[in-house]
Amino acid sequence: MFVAQAPARFVENPAFDWHAFAPEIVLAGTILVVLMAGLIGPGRNSWQASRIAAIGVLGALVPVLTLANDGVNRTAFGGAYVVDNYALALKGFFLIATYLTILISVDYVGEGDYYQGEYYFLLLTSVLGMTVMASARDLISIFVALETISIPTYVLAGFRKHDRKSNEAGIKYYVIGALSSALMLYGMSFVYGATGETVLAQIGERLADQADGMALVSVGVFLTIVGFAFKVSAFPFHWWAPDTYEGAPTPVTAFLSVASKAGGFVALLNVIFFAFTEQPDTKWWAVAWFLAAGSMTWGNLGALRQTNIVRMLAYSSVAQGGFMLVPFAAYGIAGDRGLSESVRTTAWQAVVVYLLIYGVMNLGAFAVVIAVARRTRSGEISSYDGLFATSPALAVIMSLFLASLAGIPPLAGWFAKFTMFRAAIDAGGGWGASLAVLAGVNSVIAAFYYLNVVRGMWFRPAAATADPIKMPTALSTSIALCAAGVVAVGVYPQIFGRIAELVTNGV
Amino acid sequence: MNFNSWALTAVVFLPLVGLGVVLLLPKEEEEAIKRVTLVATLASLASAIYVLVHWVTNKYYEADRLATFVDEHGRTPFEVNKTWIDVINSNYHIEVDGLGLPLMVLSAFITVLCVVYSWNHFPEPHNPKAFLALVLLLEVGMNGTFVAQDLILFFIFFEIVLLPMYFMIGVWGGPNREYASIKFFLFTLFGSAFMLLGFLALFFKGGRTFDIQELMNSPEIAGLARSTQLWIFGGLALGFAIKVPMFPFHTWLPDAHTEAPTVGSVLLAAILLKLGTYGFVKIALPILPEAAEEFAPWIGLLAVIGIIYGALGCLAQTDMKRLIAFSSVAHMGFVMLGIASGTTFGINAAIFGMVAHGLITGMLFFLAGSVQHTFHTRELSRLGGLLTQAPHMGWILGFCAMASLGLPGLAGFWGEFPAILSAFNPADGRPVETFRTFMVVAAVGTVFAAGYLLWMLQKVAFGVPKDEFKDAHIHDVSEAEWIAWAPMLALIVALGVYPNLLFKLTDASVTRLFGG
Repeated sequence: MFVAQAPARFVENPAFDWHAFAPEIVLAGTILVVLMAGLIGPGRNSWQASRIAAIGVLGALVPVLTLANDGVNRTAFGGAYVVDNYALALKGFFLIATYLTILISVDYVGEGDYYQGEYYFLLLTSVLGMTVMASARDLISIFVALETISIPTYVLAGFRKHDRKSNEAGIKYYVIGALSSALMLYGMSFVYGATGETVLAQIGERLADQADGMALVSVGVFLTIVGFAFKVSAFPFHWWAPDTYEGAPTPVTAFLSVASKAGGFVALLNVIFFAFTEQPDTKWWAVAWFLAAGSMTWGNLGALRQTNIVRMLAYSSVAQGGFMLVPFAAYGIAGDRGLSESVRTTAWQAVVVYLLIYGVMNLGAFAVVIAVARRTRSGEISSYDGLFATSPALAVIMSLFLASLAGIPPLAGWFAKFTMFRAAIDAGGGWGASLAVLAGVNSVIAAFYYLNVVRGMWFRPAAATADPIKMPTALSTSIALCAAGVVAVGVYPQIFGRIAELVTNGV
Repeated sequence: MNFNSWALTAVVFLPLVGLGVVLLLPKEEEEAIKRVTLVATLASLASAIYVLVHWVTNKYYEADRLATFVDEHGRTPFEVNKTWIDVINSNYHIEVDGLGLPLMVLSAFITVLCVVYSWNHFPEPHNPKAFLALVLLLEVGMNGTFVAQDLILFFIFFEIVLLPMYFMIGVWGGPNREYASIKFFLFTLFGSAFMLLGFLALFFKGGRTFDIQELMNSPEIAGLARSTQLWIFGGLALGFAIKVPMFPFHTWLPDAHTEAPTVGSVLLAAILLKLGTYGFVKIALPILPEAAEEFAPWIGLLAVIGIIYGALGCLAQTDMKRLIAFSSVAHMGFVMLGIASGTTFGINAAIFGMVAHGLITGMLFFLAGSVQHTFHTRELSRLGGLLTQAPHMGWILGFCAMASLGLPGLAGFWGEFPAILSAFNPADGRPVETFRTFMVVAAVGTVFAAGYLLWMLQKVAFGVPKDEFKDAHIHDVSEAEWIAWAPMLALIVALGVYPNLLFKLTDASVTRLFGG
């Protein structure tokens, strides 16, 4: 057993690499400006906040690009904070997803009676946590990043103050978030106690040195994974998600289901792929297998019964999360079978590719939901009936997003599913194969409820009173961007495949 | 870069170009939309015929010429092999051989005729723009499947057809369309999920390539444990068998066919079903010959069950279109029997059967559509006397029924008879007695086929018109119908009289794959 000791690195005074932190610095600056603009602006309906936020997010993308162009892996704080291709790709993803979220929020927030400055302030603060998370390679920085992501979203979920469902969404999300943080911290403390390290790479080394499994580490790993399972709303810790998603303002729901969920997955990726690499004895893969299988199945079966589209998408996102967990299980299984190295790359790429593609298609779907709700003021699936007759373009695009979520080629979703299947089959063995088959069956179940919406849009007549939906520019832009992405990536998946390849190179 | 290397790409993607133009045109410009669609499908057909002519004039149908064609430069003039998805080592690899060529031409051909046929009668709710856009998208998938030489590319094309057909059934279909369309979709998706898993297993076990050629020659695949081979074959076979469809996975077919609009039924019967049988002969059998041998008796068994069951199903129908749909199950049974036999003879017969079934059943669905259009019903009990009211249509129906029941001298015969015969002498390693039993059962099936087709003919064409239609003004075959049907009828006769037209085309390639 190692003795816990204060790591020496906190004493050092390292040279500060401004370039490495430029995206976060730009974001932090924007956050302050947004907050100030909200204070001095002309009342709550200031339209400036969204513009400043959008420009800030795009501005933060610039250093991400220059860093990627630079190509040097930067390490800070004794290995606790790393800027490499992997981190940069995810930062880019988070920033773009946020930009799209801002686009779909502009009119929703502007037309509702909300304080805009606060809305964008909270949104950007959460994003700041995400960009930090992408670089976090240390239990402490992971925890801090995760809390920075989560706390603003608790408030955002309850942003519709006078709506009881929104209040419920906020409080439920907050209580669950606190519980999961506690579990995770508890687990992390065990891991730290057993290894005396908080930096992930060093935890990995210490664990690899250990000949036999330690009960303490097993419990620690288990609790940490369970904590993350809450964050990514994996079965059986998913039940907060439908209520929260339904109650929260829809743009916030889109943000929660994409960016915030991705934040949780990135944390899980970091912990599993950097720290728990060599863990044959703890059998954490069995937990991952169970979470993946359960989330896929339960999420899909739950989604089948929904009549509200946001609740359906909530369950669908639980199921999609299950698909994303498949490569984790595959990686663990492969490690157990002694073939971890090649599968590690496959599995890692699968998670990254899935996250990127899922982000694009799910944001697109939510953007359309917001657009349709502008006319119908309703989230009922039946309100989509006859959309093809009244707004053919919107119906076609929504069909694209839903078919992509179902994994139908040649839309982006197929490649996500494909890489996921590839990881499971590559891991092989009875457990890998059974998970792949389960995922196959689940993608058929999923197709049913996605197509259920499509069926309403195309096959059924519109309500007599329905008129074409008026589309604001920002919302149209976000929908068009997502649709273009879904088609382009579906036809030429090499775009994201290449990113995933770069991500796993030299890490 | 000469045209040859672009020819197959043109066959596959010219309809996509047409689709782009159609989408840009406003909905009201119906004439323009129809013309653009016709031009795009015709251009695709022209490219396909160019490839066919190039084949024939260079005598690639002769085995030694085919060998030079393939081997001299290591590639054929039509082959394109470009990097596509590098991360998973999947390429845009297209080429055509004697197996895919007839089906590719058939697919381009039937699509043109479908566009011509629908010229003046678009089913409710009309909307030619959306309808023709879907037809064009469908053609991309169909043509592409027959030229893809990469499993992922094959998978993509195989799946592209799903959504357009789903919408075609669901939007323009009959009263029970919502159920039929989702059933069609989910059945096929279920199969293709397992097919994809099979492809991935081939990738990892067969030297990390998706290339069909490389997999066929892969020493890793040959060295696989038998049980692994069987599992992989099972996955592939499930995907293909649902598409064919083989008994007991056929239940989506009668529903889909009955509810689909006429053009949808025609394309479904003539081309989409062939994607499954083509998958068997192009992918499953050549790559996993040992597993195919093991599975052969079971495939044969399901095939003959399909033949008998389909025939009995036909006799129980009261709806003309549903009857034809069930006859598809029976006919695809013959094709699968030829495939199960594993001999070059049987596989040649199977490909002939696919083309013949495409033409004949396609025609029958056209006729059913026209009958429905004229009488607004397909109930056999309400129809009758077509020969007196619309003699041309009646005669064509009689002709197609004869072709379908396998009358010698028409195309149907050459699909059925050699397939039955091939079961007499299956490839080495397949149980001879079992296959001979199948042969007898299949032969009995042809009698049933004569039974249900003549019964249908009698109900629809013979006798006197029922009272409700006695004084109705019935249109005979219209101009657009003549243009659409005449080439199909001519081909049915041509292939029936001189089957070597097709056998010659396929034989060398089939021998290359299955002769060894």
